[in-house]
Amino acid sequence: METAVAVTWLPVCQATDIPADGGACALVEGEQVAIFNFARRGEWYATQNLCPHKQQMILARGLIGSTGETCEPKVACPYHKRTFSLLTGECLNADECAIQTYPIKVENDVVYIGWA
Amino acid sequence: MPRQIDTAGSAMLQSKLEALGLKIHLSKATSHIGGDGKIDSLHFGDGSILEVDMLVISAGIRPRDELAKLAGLEVGMRGGIVVNDTMQTSDQRIFAIGECALHSGMIYGLVAPGYDMAEVVVSQLLQGARAFTGYDMSSKLKLIGVDVASFGDPFIAEPHSRSIVFEDAHSGVYKRINISPDGKYLLGGVLIGDAEAYNMLLQTVNNKIALPPHPEDLILGARGGEASEGAGVMSLPDEALVCSCEAVTKGMICDAVTELGATSVDAMKKCNKAGTGCGGCVPMVKDLINGTLTAQGAYIKNVLCEHFDYSRQELFDLLKINDIKTYSAALDHFGTGDGCEVCKPAVGSILAGLWNDLIVKQNVIQDTNDRYLANIQKGGSYSVMPRMAGGEVSPSQLMAIGRIAEKYNLYTKITGGQRIDMFGAHVSDLPDIWEELIKEGFESGHAYGKSLRTVKSCVGSTWCRYGLHDSVSFAIEIENRYKGIRSPHKMKSGVSGCVRECAEAQAKDFGVIATEKGWNLYVCGNGGAKPQHAQLLAGDIDGPTLLKYLDRFMMFYIKTADPLMRTATWLNKMDGGIAYLRNVVVNDSLGICADLEAEIELLIKNYHCEWKEVVENPELRKQFTHFVNAPKVKDPTMEFAEMRGQKMSKAW
Ligand code: SF4
Ligand code: FES
Repeated sequence: METAVAVTWLPVCQATDIPADGGACALVEGEQVAIFNFARRGEWYATQNLCPHKQQMILARGLIGSTGETCEPKVACPYHKRTFSLLTGECLNADECAIQTYPIKVENDVVYIGWA
Repeated sequence: MPRQIDTAGSAMLQSKLEALGLKIHLSKATSHIGGDGKIDSLHFGDGSILEVDMLVISAGIRPRDELAKLAGLEVGMRGGIVVNDTMQTSDQRIFAIGECALHSGMIYGLVAPGYDMAEVVVSQLLQGARAFTGYDMSSKLKLIGVDVASFGDPFIAEPHSRSIVFEDAHSGVYKRINISPDGKYLLGGVLIGDAEAYNMLLQTVNNKIALPPHPEDLILGARGGEASEGAGVMSLPDEALVCSCEAVTKGMICDAVTELGATSVDAMKKCNKAGTGCGGCVPMVKDLINGTLTAQGAYIKNVLCEHFDYSRQELFDLLKINDIKTYSAALDHFGTGDGCEVCKPAVGSILAGLWNDLIVKQNVIQDTNDRYLANIQKGGSYSVMPRMAGGEVSPSQLMAIGRIAEKYNLYTKITGGQRIDMFGAHVSDLPDIWEELIKEGFESGHAYGKSLRTVKSCVGSTWCRYGLHDSVSFAIEIENRYKGIRSPHKMKSGVSGCVRECAEAQAKDFGVIATEKGWNLYVCGNGGAKPQHAQLLAGDIDGPTLLKYLDRFMMFYIKTADPLMRTATWLNKMDGGIAYLRNVVVNDSLGICADLEAEIELLIKNYHCEWKEVVENPELRKQFTHFVNAPKVKDPTMEFAEMRGQKMSKAW
């Protein structure tokens, strides 16, 4: 378990705004946040939208999926297919630095991002 | 050397070395070295003199047994401390190992037997029972580029063995194998000039493997008839030492395949270090891996990714037979896990090749280009390319493009496929841009899809004085027939009005060239990184026949190629090549042409302009935004620079 950090839950968009098994980008406090609706697993994830490889604001448009025996959820950057863990933000297939992940929850069809 | 190769082998080696420009003097006893203060010649017993500037002396091994002599231990006639099988000297309490030890009349000048002797002594000290019983002096080396190898007992002769000798003075190859008088076992041999079989022969000796009925095959290779059984790596016993550097046996390698799933040489290296030393055993390790897999009934197969254990072709058939129309259903029925960036677009392509359904209905499984129906460019902007079949465009359409490009601030360029590309569009502007284009009579150019891009045409008989037929009209007909159909990779085409080939049709996935009698159809050419000329599929055929062959060709490619495999590679990998393809497509050798035609007919019938559907559908239109929660805001990080009066994307 991660240690508890006090976060403010900011309502961002409707759950239906994010396509099932896909992602979309939201503007949160001036930052670009990629939100993923992993409908197949009933899970939601949020990461930074910037791909660290060539500094492109793009990850929300990447394909999501999973890898390995643990079915680690991941997103692949559309540009050069660097993949990042949606759990830890770690780059899974190259030496890029890890991406930021954000706490996320959905209540009454509203998506909230936990802002620290 | 005389301890390792026989006279005939030596002669062959000598002539090979002489061919390299070396002069070899044999049976010369040096009487004295001439020179005054510095060497200038060698004088031999037979009175001859050799002028030299330098002398290198190879003295062999000289056992340092002085101490042993002083201590009163027994030494050999030509030196060396006499030891028994447990490495004890004549004084039981004293052991000798290494180059000073004389075992059964042999001094071993190599490090490996030295280690072996050390282990024997350790075993003795620990009350063990290990003994030294001599060491295999088999060896393989390269002598100034010439392979030289000897193994087992290279000299054993009649009546203890029979020899098979192969001598090819022309290419400097000498091979000799000694087999037991009953022809059952290999006892040893010599290889000069070609020692590729060394590993296998050494294993055959060491493991007493029964010889095949024609043992000569071992050095000559099987010459026609049944391939020789019993000589393969899989017939080795499990104890056979395959990697001698790291002491890895055949059994260990096969176990690593079956138990640990090591199915590549790299994986094997990680498991047990086989092949990490000198690397000489790597070919054998590979054969063992493949042999073990085959023995398990596995065949080396080409699967999509970790989520689908099928090749694209297998999955194509499965999805068709089971009438599967969505990615989720495909994953539920035939896959595992949650999919990934490899199988999602691949399955998307299969589904499109089966049903040609609207691609945006399942846009989350598409690569970003297919998801936004535009080509993503550096910086996150997209490019827009309407279809201009055959490269034909009217003046008023040209003006419309100019007006729209100016309005949305787009960079314009003529592409290699004879149409106009507009770059630098914000994702949220795409539907508006297309709405205007469609109003002007344009439709999607599918430049974003793995599908037919353009059919390039020359101006042909309508204007050109050489033109034989109307290449532009035919190009337009072909482009409109196949537009929008998804294929394993993009396809490009061209139609030329005569052999001058201004449309470069022979560099395309399929190309058409007018002839006096009709058209020639070429297929599977490629420009790109590895250019390849297209090959003639059928010559001098009329238009309808050409379209029929093209229908079959396209569908056959769509059904059988691997993901992202261009037609050129597809043909290169096809057993039988163009002759086979021609048989399938022209002569219907597989009896599938009626199916192929029906299948492509369905795809043609289901064509739709994807952009028209989006423009008219508010739900779909909504997805073209950068920020879901601020649809009007464009990506503030997107920046452009200026060049020659137009905008361009900023460097990464
Ligand atoms: S290919 Fe032949 S017909 Fe076409 S433009 Fe060139 S010369 Fe003219
Ligand atoms: S920009 Fe994301 S992988 Fe290159």
